[in-house]
Amino acid sequence: MDAGPALVSILRQGDFLIASIHTALDDSQMVRFQHDLIDQVGQHRSRGVIIDVAALDVIDSFATSTLRNLAEMARLRGARTVIVGIQPDVAFAMVELGMDTGRVETALDLEEGLQRLAGGAGSPSARSRSAGA
Amino acid sequence: MTQDMPTSEDPSADFPTLDREDEEQLLPQLVAHLREHRTRLRQDWAGRISEAHLLEAMTPQEMAAETTSVYDNYVEVLETGSVEALQHYARDLSERIIPRGVETHEVVGIVLLLRDVLARSLFEKYQRDFGLLNRVLDAYEPAANRIANTVAVSFVDERERVIRQQQDSIRELSTPVLPVRERLLILPIIGVLDTERARQLTEQLLGAIRTHRAKVVVIDITGAPDVDEAVANHLVRTVDASRLMGASVIITGLSPEIAQTLVTIGVDLSKMNTIGDLQGGLEEAERLLGYSVSRDDETGG
Repeated sequence: MDAGPALVSILRQGDFLIASIHTALDDSQMVRFQHDLIDQVGQHRSRGVIIDVAALDVIDSFATSTLRNLAEMARLRGARTVIVGIQPDVAFAMVELGMDTGRVETALDLEEGLQRLAGGAGSPSARSRSAGA
Repeated sequence: MTQDMPTSEDPSADFPTLDREDEEQLLPQLVAHLREHRTRLRQDWAGRISEAHLLEAMTPQEMAAETTSVYDNYVEVLETGSVEALQHYARDLSERIIPRGVETHEVVGIVLLLRDVLARSLFEKYQRDFGLLNRVLDAYEPAANRIANTVAVSFVDERERVIRQQQDSIRELSTPVLPVRERLLILPIIGVLDTERARQLTEQLLGAIRTHRAKVVVIDITGAPDVDEAVANHLVRTVDASRLMGASVIITGLSPEIAQTLVTIGVDLSKMNTIGDLQGGLEEAERLLGYSVSRDDETGG
């Protein structure tokens, strides 16, 4: 239990939860992370979850399916999930190996992810039109 | 029996001059002969070359100059037994003539012709003495073979070096990733995509998405002559990977032929956002990013 906080941090930011994975997790740590996060979604009544995987050099099939399940569970509990910070190599390896994140949203980095959640119904154009032009 | 032996060895006994020392003298003799008749033999050779319609890309003057130096190099190799200088020369020669479209068979052809011309002249000189002729040819043939081999290998090596160099420069030129607007990248694909290039292209694109924080990427394949199944699948994977990094991809410039090919081979392109031409792709990208471009009537009209 005490190793948990060092590997993953889950922060609350308004209506959103920001979960950063700091280091490679093994399968059991991954499962515990999933539990913790879903617990907190209910606890804080969050509307959105951002999972930052920028620190990971490898995302294996178990991690992919866990993330996919996590997003689905969060959706069932009323939160939208965005995965951010997938590295170029990792992205291509995932695709090469046929690991599919399904309908989970992805964004470049934390900032993008927050904007996407704040922007509402997943259409980036609406937000950036008001901000940009 | 033992007494019969000398008689069976008689033929060689007829040529008492051919002991070991003389054999070592053979090559120098031969070289001297070739030097002596240099002009005539070289002309013979040049005549044979033009008869065979080889090296027609070169002017007569160039031919004369090159044949002279090839001849001299040839004789020198026979004399010294070292092919190093010839290798150098052959490489230089190849460098000069490859851009003019000289083919491998021509180069090999002229060297074999020279070998033949010289061999004939040796036949002529030693024809009265078959034993000696045999020895001369024994000395000549291996050296001549080595020369032909050296020249051909040098030529092919040089050619391969040129091809490698060109491949490198094509590779460097081939995959520019251009930022056009904030968070919008264009990736024009020019030329044939092979597996290696496709891999490199994906790598560069994903890197650029991160560097430029791109949200939309337009991949324009107007310049790609053909797309096969492997490349199409690779494009699909590139699109997926870009999506994982938070960028959406628009593919433009699918020619009617390519569209037909893709449908026929059944690549699943349902997840790809495709638009007819680059202009349409850019407009769509701008729409996704929330840009609206309007012409200023005062300057525009």
